[in-house]
Amino acid sequence: MNYQVNKKGYYGEFGGAYIPEMMHPNIEELQQRYMEIINSYNFRQDFIHLLKHYVGRPSPLYFAKRLSEKYGSNIYLKREDLNHTGSHKINNTIGQILLAKSLNKKRIIAETGAGQHGVATATVCALMGMKCIVYMGALDVERQAPNVKKMKMLGAEVIPAVSGNQTLKDATNEAMRDWINNPEDTHYIIGSVVGPHPYPDMVTQFQAVISEEIKMQLDEHIGREFPTRVIACVGGGSNAAGAFYHFLENESVELIGVEAAGKGVETKETAATLTLGKVGVLHSAKSMLMQTEDGQIVEPYSISAGLDYPGIGPLHAHLFQTKRARYLWATDEEVLESALELTQLEGIIPALESAHALAALKKIKLQPDEVTVVNLSGRGDKDMETYLNYFGY
Amino acid sequence: MSTQNRINQLFQSKKDNILSVYFTAGYPNLDDTATIIQTLEKNGVDLIEIGMPFSDPVADGPVIQNSSTVALKNGMSIKKLFQQLTSIRQSVKIPLILMGYLNPVIQFGVEEFCKKCKEVGIDGLILPDLPLSVYEEEYQALFEQYGLHNVLLITPQTSEARIRQIDEASNGFIYMVSSSSTTGAKDKVSDFHQEYFERVNQLELKNPRLIGFGISNHETFANACKYASGAIIGSAFVKALEQEISLEERISRFVNRIVNPV
Repeated sequence: MNYQVNKKGYYGEFGGAYIPEMMHPNIEELQQRYMEIINSYNFRQDFIHLLKHYVGRPSPLYFAKRLSEKYGSNIYLKREDLNHTGSHKINNTIGQILLAKSLNKKRIIAETGAGQHGVATATVCALMGMKCIVYMGALDVERQAPNVKKMKMLGAEVIPAVSGNQTLKDATNEAMRDWINNPEDTHYIIGSVVGPHPYPDMVTQFQAVISEEIKMQLDEHIGREFPTRVIACVGGGSNAAGAFYHFLENESVELIGVEAAGKGVETKETAATLTLGKVGVLHSAKSMLMQTEDGQIVEPYSISAGLDYPGIGPLHAHLFQTKRARYLWATDEEVLESALELTQLEGIIPALESAHALAALKKIKLQPDEVTVVNLSGRGDKDMETYLNYFGY
Repeated sequence: MSTQNRINQLFQSKKDNILSVYFTAGYPNLDDTATIIQTLEKNGVDLIEIGMPFSDPVADGPVIQNSSTVALKNGMSIKKLFQQLTSIRQSVKIPLILMGYLNPVIQFGVEEFCKKCKEVGIDGLILPDLPLSVYEEEYQALFEQYGLHNVLLITPQTSEARIRQIDEASNGFIYMVSSSSTTGAKDKVSDFHQEYFERVNQLELKNPRLIGFGISNHETFANACKYASGAIIGSAFVKALEQEISLEERISRFVNRIVNPV
């Protein structure tokens, strides 16, 4: 089975570039040049240097002793939460800002939901002295005030998206409209493995450092590179794509993605795209989408603002369809309990998104001799208010 | 297929000042569709683009976004639209084009959609997020089987080689976007674009062209008509439908204002 993107930008039947003609010159330029640029010696040197000295990579692969004891198995946490800016998002923005410089772009735009990708983009723009505009749903601007302030302090302009339901999907629409209106000097840093080809593959390549490190670090811990399974949460799916990437060809490694079920997959307040969605085209790619019978996109819901996206990266739709990966879901309540469990067993407060991956530990039967890697994609600082409200501290 | 589609008939019989008007089906009210089409024709409009509303219209500016949101709230869907268009050809002669995004069409079923288009008398389609390469590989044969002309866009950034490919793949007209932007940009048809319009004129393409995006009044319409067979008005018309007078009156006033100098 082939899990790489093909020349036209498809993973099986998913992906492609369903772009309006106004975006054609920019997308064509990216399609033709991204591989050559990101594989060039100079780019690799700069990318690796910044990941090491600026982001703080490699992020630790930590053996969670007390969590392992509780589940009667061996659980390792890939600590993406320890990256600069607090999540895996920075791996992608470092890659894309270097790419934008190679393409001689002067202006950076991005979309953000919870604000993690917005902060990661504003950060690399400050680092490189580039103009930065972040689109954020007006509702999210209100809900995620600290991240909005961070972005502003970093020098970014935050533009509230007032169309639609005023969340991540609408912020993405606005960013695409900006790109259509500014075809000459702008690069759009998409935050996940979504959007037109080559974004899904390009972002996967930048996030693949996660599984590259897991292999080396696991070898140090246990003398072999391959775990029994890897678990990661999935919204658009970038941290999962990065955590899965170097294990895709080794089918003995079980890959598990965890979607946000919100208040339950039987309710309307959910974001479990693969569990509930149908094939369609949104944001210039063919994938699985939450939509009505008439093909209108449905607004998803999750307690975690980073997972409430009505689509999913085409790579995941392909892994789902070919059954190379398994996709589970976790409800808000299960997620909150798992976040508290990790906090009190290991002294690590996870992001709500990452706590979805932890919640899967309760849904699979772990054997004593198995080795499970959970990708801890981000830290919980941004979610303190939610935690405090729920647990009543 | 060499059928004489109404679009081809129009461009053969009229070489300049063609006025094409876009509206969003289901806006301002769910059942205005037939009245809007009939009144536009009565007032001398040459071609009509009927918008199929979508929840996420990325190529559209605020006016058409808003009309789409309202139309969807009103209950518009492709199914409903075909019901409204069932007997439209008993009263309307000018070419009709459906314009919208790909996803609702996919969910309706592409072949079923084409079949219905033919049944009710649709002449062409504009699907901005159906790019040339996917159209040629997966849709062209089907569209042609049902006599539907696919209208493709070009922008000031489109290379000459690509314009020629688009011309080759087109059989009705080419939608010439005045400047790379979402719909409804203000008064953008300026001298700045003359170079682009003239450059495209010199290519001697086989298809006629209509200029769209940023056409909002007589001046911009007349200016666009200097460089192409005519022009397309969308957002300005949708906006005009907001006024508190009868629908027929709104439409007739608007068309008069576009066609005649102040």
